Amino acid sequence: MIASWTITRADDAAGEELLVAFDQARPVRVLVCPAWFDEANKLRRFTVEVMRRLDKAGIDSFLPDLPGCNDSLAPLDTQTLGSWREAMSAAAQAFGATHVLTVRAGALLAPAHLPGWHYAAQSGPKTLRGMIRARTIAAREAGREEKAEALLALGRSEGLVLGGWSLGAGMIRELEHAEPELAEGQSEIAQSALGGPGLWLRAEPDEDPRQSEALAAIIAGSVA
Amino acid sequence: MNANPTLPSEAAEAALDQELKGLIADVLGLDPAQAAAFGPDSGLFGHLPELDSMAVAGLLTEMEDRLGIVIEDDDVDGEMLETYGGLLAFARAKLAGG
Repeated sequence: MIASWTITRADDAAGEELLVAFDQARPVRVLVCPAWFDEANKLRRFTVEVMRRLDKAGIDSFLPDLPGCNDSLAPLDTQTLGSWREAMSAAAQAFGATHVLTVRAGALLAPAHLPGWHYAAQSGPKTLRGMIRARTIAAREAGREEKAEALLALGRSEGLVLGGWSLGAGMIRELEHAEPELAEGQSEIAQSALGGPGLWLRAEPDEDPRQSEALAAIIAGSVA
Repeated sequence: MNANPTLPSEAAEAALDQELKGLIADVLGLDPAQAAAFGPDSGLFGHLPELDSMAVAGLLTEMEDRLGIVIEDDDVDGEMLETYGGLLAFARAKLAGG
């Protein structure tokens, strides 16, 4: 179930990355573009639970780490939206993906040539806003005053550590304008379709079997 | 919806109260009954262990999305987050003042 693959990038840099895969060489093969940062932790179990259910429904799925995240050897602060998109496209090719399922901000990385689903897509500006807000609130608790606008200006020029994640200036500048786009054959699955509140909202990582079941059923139903 | 936002009716007030309690329950993973029992003096930040700075950020972002308001840095202070009544008053004022 745990495997690795090697990204070959346009700049000839190659890196080995881990992935969770349910691969039995079946006809439908879903690339999963994961949620980002703190939301990735909160939604990790949910995501893999969806994959387990897809596996039972006869569907292969692949969840690669984003370069610079989890156990990746790549530095996070040199990653950009572009490098992550390249990585997900390379992953789609390496795994022979036929579909893509994106989770939250993962929608920003969906390879446009694959049909699939954007689950509860999150934009770049909202992702940034939430992380900057967490930082200003934490600073205030520690008795320091930090302004969101000043932090953002610093981030654009030098990069920024948000919630423990080191984001480069390039990534921050790109995120300020990044909106998820549904390519042909891709559709949005709203949180309301899963019959419960989004698990990324929770203060602690949690799970909800009914929601995993609901998302897997929507996907299995639409490729049947 | 014909409700005039500058003259909040009892129904609008009750709807806001319910929305805000539902939102807190969603964010903190509380039993909806526990959130429904919140009164004006129920303690939030500093009283609920689930509500750390990351969760406060999530709560405020979700309030923006669901209530259609924008919350600025300067709006966020201890008083607004300390009790349920403080948070409700803040949401009410934001909705009235735009």
